[in-house]
Amino acid sequence: MSSEEASMTKTTETSEQENPQQGAISDFGIDTTSMSTGEAVRDYWARVRGGELGSLPALLGMVVLLIVFSSLSDTFFTLGNLANLLQQGASITIIAMGLVFVLLLGEIDLSAGTASGVTASVMALHLIHNGNLLGGMGDTVFYVFCGLLVLAIVLAVLMKIWAGAALSAIALIIAAVGIPANAWLEMLLAVCVGSAIGCITGFLVARVGIPSFVVTLALFLVWNGVVLQFIGQGGTLGLRDDTIFNVANGNLNFVGSWALFVIAVGGYAAVVLTRHFSRLRKGLVAQPTSLVLAKIGALALLAAVITYALSLNRAPSNLVVIQGVPYVVPLVLVLLVIGTFVLDRTSYGRHIYAVGGNKEAARRAGINVERIRMSVFVIASSAAAIGAIVYSSKVGSVDPNAGGGNTLLLSVGAAVIGGTSLFGGKGRLRDAVIGGAVLAIISNGMGLLKQPAAVVYIVTGLVLLLAASVDALSRRRAANAAR
Amino acid sequence: MSEPILELRGINKSFGPVHVLHDIDLTVNPGEVTALVGDNGAGKSTLVKCIAGIHPTDSGEVLFEGQPVHIKGPRDAAALGIEVVYQDLALADNLDIVQNMFLGRERTKGGLLDETDMEQAARKTLASLSVRTVKSVRTQVSSLSGGQRQTVAIAKAVLWNSKVVLLDEPTAALGVAQTRQVLDLVRRLAEQGLGVVLISHNMNDVFEVADKIACLYLGRMAAVVGSKDVTHGQVVELITAGRSGDLGIARPEAATI
Repeated sequence: MSSEEASMTKTTETSEQENPQQGAISDFGIDTTSMSTGEAVRDYWARVRGGELGSLPALLGMVVLLIVFSSLSDTFFTLGNLANLLQQGASITIIAMGLVFVLLLGEIDLSAGTASGVTASVMALHLIHNGNLLGGMGDTVFYVFCGLLVLAIVLAVLMKIWAGAALSAIALIIAAVGIPANAWLEMLLAVCVGSAIGCITGFLVARVGIPSFVVTLALFLVWNGVVLQFIGQGGTLGLRDDTIFNVANGNLNFVGSWALFVIAVGGYAAVVLTRHFSRLRKGLVAQPTSLVLAKIGALALLAAVITYALSLNRAPSNLVVIQGVPYVVPLVLVLLVIGTFVLDRTSYGRHIYAVGGNKEAARRAGINVERIRMSVFVIASSAAAIGAIVYSSKVGSVDPNAGGGNTLLLSVGAAVIGGTSLFGGKGRLRDAVIGGAVLAIISNGMGLLKQPAAVVYIVTGLVLLLAASVDALSRRRAANAAR
Repeated sequence: MSEPILELRGINKSFGPVHVLHDIDLTVNPGEVTALVGDNGAGKSTLVKCIAGIHPTDSGEVLFEGQPVHIKGPRDAAALGIEVVYQDLALADNLDIVQNMFLGRERTKGGLLDETDMEQAARKTLASLSVRTVKSVRTQVSSLSGGQRQTVAIAKAVLWNSKVVLLDEPTAALGVAQTRQVLDLVRRLAEQGLGVVLISHNMNDVFEVADKIACLYLGRMAAVVGSKDVTHGQVVELITAGRSGDLGIARPEAATI
């Protein structure tokens, strides 16, 4: 390399953020060596100043909230409440993770909340009527229900979304065959119904070409009505099943908790280090090894402290023992890992970002834009169904208001607060987790401070507004930095 | 002179009653920059789209490396090694340079994206074009200047071992320094042995980089001349009137349909 090139001043630049393998800084052509820690930190700071905040504001907000609530309330920072916090926030977080896929395209799914209610009520009907959905729904409703599932299969096949078609077909089989109640089957049914709903939504948006806002607003009302129809005015479907109850309320045992710790931290370290050393070996820009190790160490320490705290007995009385990591933690982690993997490491994920960034460019690059657009709605509705399982399990029943109210708004809020852009093309799955945690902390902490619902709603709304402003402003800043 | 890499013979194209291209003949030689000039509506973009397979031709023959070929769609053109850089650049702002260059044609290993392989290939391509203005191949496209974006778009076309690159007004929206970069790049493409077709309205650009100039006039090929054999004024006359002295279409009134 010429000395002129080497001596060119290192200017700040905006490179793909947050992915540990990326973040190269140095002049082109000589950016094949590893960075020093100082450079990596300066590079990161430059990106933040350039308007690429990512989930930084949400993380800072979370720390502030934790400090405020711990100092104001005696019960906030107790083991029992922390575990409770995780269980309360899980359903919103899971629905939000699905919505991130939709938001990445710059679309919106307003029906995710009530769609989750539909899946929850189908699950409850199947359980209560011991697999006899025909009896549970009544003839007409059942045949319409099956007809819609067939429609979903046809639409999915038409758009070559095989996973959506397969899941819808499973839902149809479970509904038609009438297999006796089984908790695992019911949960599978819920997810399959969710993906069938997503096929219909996605087709209307991607193929028919109705704006997603209108489609999902209409479906929001439709699914609300469907839930009412399934459950009946004023009725409640109780979920008396230990397996379903345990999803949101159960805990891993002591050994399980630490096994989860080992698997999670070990897996993370293995993936990050493999990629890091492979980049170093091939002479590509990599972050300094010390920084990578420090990151892994910090994460392992944090995870160890949390696992230790959660494996202590947190029962309020001496009569029972409650300990272990709640089941929702591995559930959210698994979904997070799978989703992140899909978004970051597969061409499908890359195409989602591309369509969200520039639809026309994606089309010219030979990407099937319609298929991508439809598929994200299938993912969002399926994730909403998993969220529905968790919140139904938490409450122990499904009422006509399931998934209604502010479920959807909180989920969208969680994704946006975490740093997902409403304009599309920017956002990561962990944003939903961080945002979901912030919202859970707010509602939990305000509840402990005996604040009325009015105040909780207002504060939550203001936080969402703040997050959206940060998104819009950082976007403008990034646009200015480009010229 | 080597044999032409791309040869068009008697291309005709109509959109309904509008006859846009009349018996177009054009040869593109490897290692040469062919400038395609003409007034608005002369059929430059249509011709490029016909070559790229976006519009099917009505009649005429396309020879690629001496063999007759039938280009039915953009993928056929890409498979032959014909790449088009469009006026609006078709880059996704939120992706980095590597991701954009491989968009839609990602390299995978065991079903997963092979990032290191793609990054190395992208760097090699940019290095072969002597691109020095891009700081890192992992820079997001949103933070690049107009000229750098054009560079990435051109490099994207070159990445696929393409043999013919068609550039639709690559310097239209650029400043002086950036135009300079892109023209240098166009020249380097030709030096690497590619056939380059450059559409431009800017005569200075054309005379600077082109080896020969093809003038379209109302859908006809008015003249194909060596850029050293003509003056600025003659080309302008060819563009506006279809002839200049003994060059071009013999008499305008003879050019009936």
